[in-house]
Amino acid sequence: MSETGSTVEVLRQHLIDPEICIRCNTCEETCPVDAVTHDSRNYVVDASKCNFCNDCISPCPTGAIDNWRQVDKAKPYTIAEQLLWDTLPAQAALETGAADAMPTDVVRITSVASAGQGGDVPPPWSAAHPYVNVYSPEKPAIATVMGNHPLTSAGASCDIRHIVLDFGGTAFPVLEGQTIGVLAPGADANGRPHHVRLYSVASPREGERPRYNNLSLTVKRVTEDHDGNPVRGIASNYLCDLAKGDEVRVVGPYGTTFLMPNHPGSSLLMVCTGTGSAPMRAMTERRRRRIALNEGGELMLFFGARSEGELPYFGPLLKLPKEFIDINFAFSRVAGKPKTYVQDKIRERSANVARLLADDNSYVYICGLKGMEEGVDQAFRDACRSAGKEWDALLPALRAQGRYHVETY
Amino acid sequence: MSIDYSEKIPNNVDLAGNKTLQRALEHWQPEFLHWWADMGPEGTTSTDVYLRTAISVEPKGWAHFDYVKMPDYRWGIFLTPAEADRKVNFGVHKGEPAWQEVPGEYRSNLRRLIVTQGDTEPASVEQQRHLGLTCPSLYDLRNLFQVNVEEGRHLWAMVYLLHAYFGRDGREEAEALLERRSGDADNPRILGAFNEKTPDWLAFFMFTYFTDRDGKYQLCSLAESGFDPLARTTRFMLTEEAHHMFVGESGVGRIIQRTCEAMVQNKVDDPARLRAMGLIDLPTIQRYLNFHFSVTMDLFGADVSSNAATFYSTGLKGRFDETKIDDDHLLTGATYPVLEVRDGQLVAVPAPALNALNEKLRDDYVKDAVAGIERWNRIIEKSGIAIRLKAPHKAFNRRIGPLSAVRVDPEGRVVPEADWTHRHLQWLPSQADRAFVASLMGRVAEPGKFANWIAPPARGIDNQPVDFQYVRFN
Repeated sequence: MSETGSTVEVLRQHLIDPEICIRCNTCEETCPVDAVTHDSRNYVVDASKCNFCNDCISPCPTGAIDNWRQVDKAKPYTIAEQLLWDTLPAQAALETGAADAMPTDVVRITSVASAGQGGDVPPPWSAAHPYVNVYSPEKPAIATVMGNHPLTSAGASCDIRHIVLDFGGTAFPVLEGQTIGVLAPGADANGRPHHVRLYSVASPREGERPRYNNLSLTVKRVTEDHDGNPVRGIASNYLCDLAKGDEVRVVGPYGTTFLMPNHPGSSLLMVCTGTGSAPMRAMTERRRRRIALNEGGELMLFFGARSEGELPYFGPLLKLPKEFIDINFAFSRVAGKPKTYVQDKIRERSANVARLLADDNSYVYICGLKGMEEGVDQAFRDACRSAGKEWDALLPALRAQGRYHVETY
Repeated sequence: MSIDYSEKIPNNVDLAGNKTLQRALEHWQPEFLHWWADMGPEGTTSTDVYLRTAISVEPKGWAHFDYVKMPDYRWGIFLTPAEADRKVNFGVHKGEPAWQEVPGEYRSNLRRLIVTQGDTEPASVEQQRHLGLTCPSLYDLRNLFQVNVEEGRHLWAMVYLLHAYFGRDGREEAEALLERRSGDADNPRILGAFNEKTPDWLAFFMFTYFTDRDGKYQLCSLAESGFDPLARTTRFMLTEEAHHMFVGESGVGRIIQRTCEAMVQNKVDDPARLRAMGLIDLPTIQRYLNFHFSVTMDLFGADVSSNAATFYSTGLKGRFDETKIDDDHLLTGATYPVLEVRDGQLVAVPAPALNALNEKLRDDYVKDAVAGIERWNRIIEKSGIAIRLKAPHKAFNRRIGPLSAVRVDPEGRVVPEADWTHRHLQWLPSQADRAFVASLMGRVAEPGKFANWIAPPARGIDNQPVDFQYVRFN
């Protein structure tokens, strides 16, 4: 590869959208370093002062404050320039070879998804270094569908698919726990391209089929919103309807922290519901393929679904040896049986859970619907209490050590 | 400082440490809820609304979103954190430590300022209580309810000050705040604009744009006060006020956008034809703008006012951005231009700056309001339409102060009474205009659907999609 690019340092410059801003002064009032200023026309951010504390983001009533452009650090947009704007400039192409700006959709979705872990956490110390944002919406990778298999039984109330994508000659490096973005074709009612949708990779790093350049996704066909109102998910329906041989535009990969530890003797405590099982499957599969190496460590899985028929990978999971993984299913809609949730199962196994939570070599992963967070948190608290430990004291340490990872939606 | 939600009244003022005050406010709380049930948004007791609630006064904590039934909204008392060694920054007490208690000699003036501000809060809830029945979308309905609950919280903020610092008088004033009624002939709200009706959503958006912006300027002036609890209370209220102005600016903007789209698509600019298509024509929007702008001008009070001078020199109420202004903060000998009528024309004459503080605040406000009108114009300009909206002259249609004695047209020309009679319906909304706008008001309450006369917003609230179920009817 020839090295013709300059060595420009890139700044992610914080800007205010003058079209949306209503000049309420909240950002200027909030900014602890006085980086925001205004004239009679625009409110603007001084790039030399902004320290990215983001204090101004949530108080902004319009969202105008939440805009970013990648610029040459030596030549950011000056205050004088910004004061003249009627609209935000488009992202200028940078001759840097540096990673493109993370798509705003991706930043938004991932910040919401990881909110439950209480802010940024580091990855496990022994995690492999992830590649991120290799493919952008402007330059997506093209993958070919190699398989699209139903994971749910015929009578189930939902349709979950195991979809295998092959990248052929295109490099698409991923780690267990990372996500990829799918660009559904077409445009929305306003003529804009559909938002990027993120899916956790369900296969380990070396591929769904080892040494093939492919990966798998676990996709649930979205037919209703969180409240049960009918709505047709654009990307999920697109993916679920794909046939073998179809081409898909893929961006990413994304995710630098929800990653598995690589050191021998490390344990995984995994809690998931529904398609939240995708990263758990990837990690479990990675470990399963390495059983022969006798690296030690435990795997403990809490997995919730409505019923057996709606639990993705139910059959294959049952075939895993008990000494390899400790599986605890929770079913909430089985006729004639009381509703059971993952937190109930965690409480039943509180002694083992508490031991793992307190073990410096164990790593916690939670993935699934946002509604599970509170129950799981409470169950961990109870498990700790019954072992004479204090969850509130333990959690900050887990976070600081990169041992507590949450992805909920 | 975090907010204690385990308390009956959420607060960050250590209410539990002052049992007398706590009891007094817990006694007022059911009266407030009773008022809300009586005069708050009509028929909404069991409705789940996707609302923002403050969970701490830190920047990251006060925008917590979730579904809430409005009567269960956690109204409480939140002050921005105290600034160490804060001083009185203007007037004769400049440089003295800011007051943590009410100085005896200023007691009645301070109480008056707080009661006047406090009275506007429940008033606007009363003015808007029927609007939910004709909402143009769930998104807008949610925004209306957010404005309503936050006005309710602003009432709490003022009532806290009255109870905490003004003893028996304060408690009586707090009760009176729940007894006056907007538009009531016998017991009206204190300020004129708050006794006007808010009959339709165009009026509501104009009100939140123009009149809530007056709120911003009044609160900004009070946030400079030497009486520290007032300064800290109003400072926090400003963060909430911003949302109200956003509702107004984006609401009017979306109506303009919808009208312009239809004008371009159908190559129509005749107001009558646009009305026949169920859209609000730009001249009607201009007349509403003129009305709300001029009514709000009056809220700033008389152009030359000895009260304003007293409030300033005694350190009770500052200027907008007081501490950012580079002068002596005493205004001794300074002058400021105010308008007078001489020989049938408006002329600016210098008045003592201290007495012209209302006028100064009005001028600061006008600059801000005009900037927003220019942003509306950019929407029109983008559509390639030649019409522009314009703020009327600040002397237009005044009811308070010396300018109320003359008739002034939107351009600032003094006109004879006969001219006014003849032409004022070109400038202000007529009964027919209001009846037409009212005829468009129908309820749209399906997620993602919008009334024909208004465009959807560019983005949803709290990063939710525009078709999010912002309100759930149970």
